Amino acid sequence: MSQDPARANDSSSGRAAAHPAHPSDPARAIDSTGADVLGVDPLIDDPGTRIVVCCGSGGVGKTTTAAALGLRAAERGRKVVVLTIDPARRLAQSMGIDALDNTPRRVKGIDDSAGGELHAMMLDMKRTFDEIVEAHADRERAAAILGNPFYQSLSAGFAGTQEYMAMEKLGQLRARDEWDLIVVDTPPSRSALDFLDAPKRLGSFLDGKLIRLLTAPAKLGGRAGMKFLNVGMSMMTGTLGKLLGGQLLKDVQTFVAAMDTTFGGFRTRADATYKLLQAPGTAFLVVAAPERDALREAAYFVERLAAEDMPLAGLVLNRVHGSGATRLSAERALAAAENLVEARIVDQADGKAGLRNSPDTYGSSEPPATEGPATETAAPETTAPEAPASDAGSPAADRTDAEGPGTTDRTVAHLTAGLLRLHAERMQLLSREQRTRDRFTALHPEVAVAEVAALPGDVHDLTGLRDIGDRLATGTPPAGAS
Amino acid sequence: MSRLQVVSGKGGTGKTTVAAALALALATEGKRTLLVEVEGRQGIAQLFETEALPYEERKIAVAPGGGEVYALAIDPELALLDYLQMFYKLGGAGRALKKLGAIDFATTIAPGLRDVLLTGKACEAVRRKDKRGRFVYDYVVMDAPPTGRVTRFLNVNDEVAGLAKIGPIHNQAQAVMRVLKSPETAVHLVTLLEEMPVQETADGIAELRAARLPVGRTIVNMVRPAILDEADLELTREAPRTAIAKSLSAAGLGGARRGGVAERLVDPLLDQAYAYAERHALEREQRAVLQDLGLPLHELPLLAEGMDLAGLYELATELRQQGIS
Repeated sequence: MSQDPARANDSSSGRAAAHPAHPSDPARAIDSTGADVLGVDPLIDDPGTRIVVCCGSGGVGKTTTAAALGLRAAERGRKVVVLTIDPARRLAQSMGIDALDNTPRRVKGIDDSAGGELHAMMLDMKRTFDEIVEAHADRERAAAILGNPFYQSLSAGFAGTQEYMAMEKLGQLRARDEWDLIVVDTPPSRSALDFLDAPKRLGSFLDGKLIRLLTAPAKLGGRAGMKFLNVGMSMMTGTLGKLLGGQLLKDVQTFVAAMDTTFGGFRTRADATYKLLQAPGTAFLVVAAPERDALREAAYFVERLAAEDMPLAGLVLNRVHGSGATRLSAERALAAAENLVEARIVDQADGKAGLRNSPDTYGSSEPPATEGPATETAAPETTAPEAPASDAGSPAADRTDAEGPGTTDRTVAHLTAGLLRLHAERMQLLSREQRTRDRFTALHPEVAVAEVAALPGDVHDLTGLRDIGDRLATGTPPAGAS
Repeated sequence: MSRLQVVSGKGGTGKTTVAAALALALATEGKRTLLVEVEGRQGIAQLFETEALPYEERKIAVAPGGGEVYALAIDPELALLDYLQMFYKLGGAGRALKKLGAIDFATTIAPGLRDVLLTGKACEAVRRKDKRGRFVYDYVVMDAPPTGRVTRFLNVNDEVAGLAKIGPIHNQAQAVMRVLKSPETAVHLVTLLEEMPVQETADGIAELRAARLPVGRTIVNMVRPAILDEADLELTREAPRTAIAKSLSAAGLGGARRGGVAERLVDPLLDQAYAYAERHALEREQRAVLQDLGLPLHELPLLAEGMDLAGLYELATELRQQGIS
């Protein structure tokens, strides 16, 4: 059931590199950290790229990446459809569509000067399943299947159906050949690997030995010579019947019988979709955030794709932080902030502060109780009017005094100390992200990485998506990025 | 205090971490809790820095004051065989079923059976008593599927009870549902102070309520510390750059004159402050949305050094101080 990590590791971590989407990609440059930089533009501009699959664990911005990539490709002249699985309402709205449904809708308001188009849709798995049935069965039989209670449960989203239907829909879109490029988001599975497994699993179940056994009575009737099978079958159905209740088993049997005679083999369809994913023209992007869990999932995914001969284009690392002042270390910033606070204490000890400042000016910076350890070192000073003024006469204090400290100056000192602490927090975050990233790179040096600088807020419109697209194409966060 | 504590949340919000911290917090002062994992991700083992958990309840941590945390990764296949063994004494036949793919069928494809087995096992642990008639576990904490799927996951028993109209599965589903819809259960949602997770939390609460499942608390995870106050933020827009440069220089960071080291720090530091202000305003909005949901609201700090075992104890202490256990 669950993937054995040891086995996944065995499957030759080097093989991802053996199947890049574009082996001689000129845009793969080496960045300062030693890993290749993933060039998104050469990938989406290449007319040979027909499908881009975005996969990764939940909450890493997978759907946003898919949408931003689709928009960028469209504005660079390609005819694109984005297939999302379960987008947040806001994301649909950001593409100017109130409710995405199972049919691709043209997105308005994009820059179409390069001749491109953007269409978007959201997978409705029940509708997709229904459509397959309707397309392959005559009306009467289709009605019988659609009305079957077992079918209704299966199609409404039990384990695997969503993944299967996402792949089915991808196959359909590709077969229509109306778009140059299909960008597909993957379901928020319990593990990133589910979406590769589920189609096969559902296919082999619906086509499998057990189902043959279950449906045997319908096909064999009372024919002689099948006694042996019938004995096994009745033991089976007996046990399952006991467990599930006779009615459910009968529902399953009629359902499978109807499906089976209607269209040829789910496994065949699953296999075809699977081959489509391995075909040239498909590129996988693994999406992650610079956090331990997300990158661990990303590493599993990279290994799994290699093992399945699926073409990996690279890793998109979302929400990477930067700073325009990386030369100032966290330690120095904190020490400097402390200097400023001490200088202020000196002023207060002189008795001037009490006259010129309302106590609020400093007191209001008291951090809330849910304070993180990042500022613990700094927190005590801000509350310290009664702290000993041992450093009276330090050079820093003298200099402040020499400037003729008015209220503003000392408030500026307070602000500056805050700016320095903020910077220290940022630098700590940076080094944590770098460590996490280094661990991934050490494991998979062959994987090209595009870093996307973090935004302070959420994406609300095409402008926001375009911004993400720009950051994605840059591949390395600009120095001053938030 | 409900004895079954279900923890859900959008992907990436740290629900496994919060579930583990909650199990630790509830175990404090000599209690015994069971932390249950249902999605086969081995997240608990990674968090407690132990080897992969088997399908077996085992002690993984000691809480302050002599309490104990046990953990269990429920495997649906083994849970089904367990169940068959318990009710039908099917030792060898169970293995035969497995060979035929029937177990795989039942746990993977059969509508909702997998979920019934997972929730059923957790409910069994909630109700289990020792020889002296006391509950074996004071609390069971479940690391549940994410917000988008949790209602369906917990409510699937209802659906199965409707689908399998008679038989042991039907009875089992109904028994599980009785526990899940009672005050014995509380479903908590973990979120971040960001738009999408907050929206998903609001939607999740509405869904849980519509399904008549008992909603517990909202827990905001990874809250960043407040570093600049309102007066500071106002000053970032008003203070002359030269004054900030002088202040940086006074702090010992080089020259304040144009081109000096301190002067060149002003712009990047102010940029960071503007980004902070924007995020801060967004966070305040989102906090207000959460407050409007009318559930007890808790906040856990972002751990600067990333998540580790020590951090887990820190979060557990925080939860206790906030009166969650």
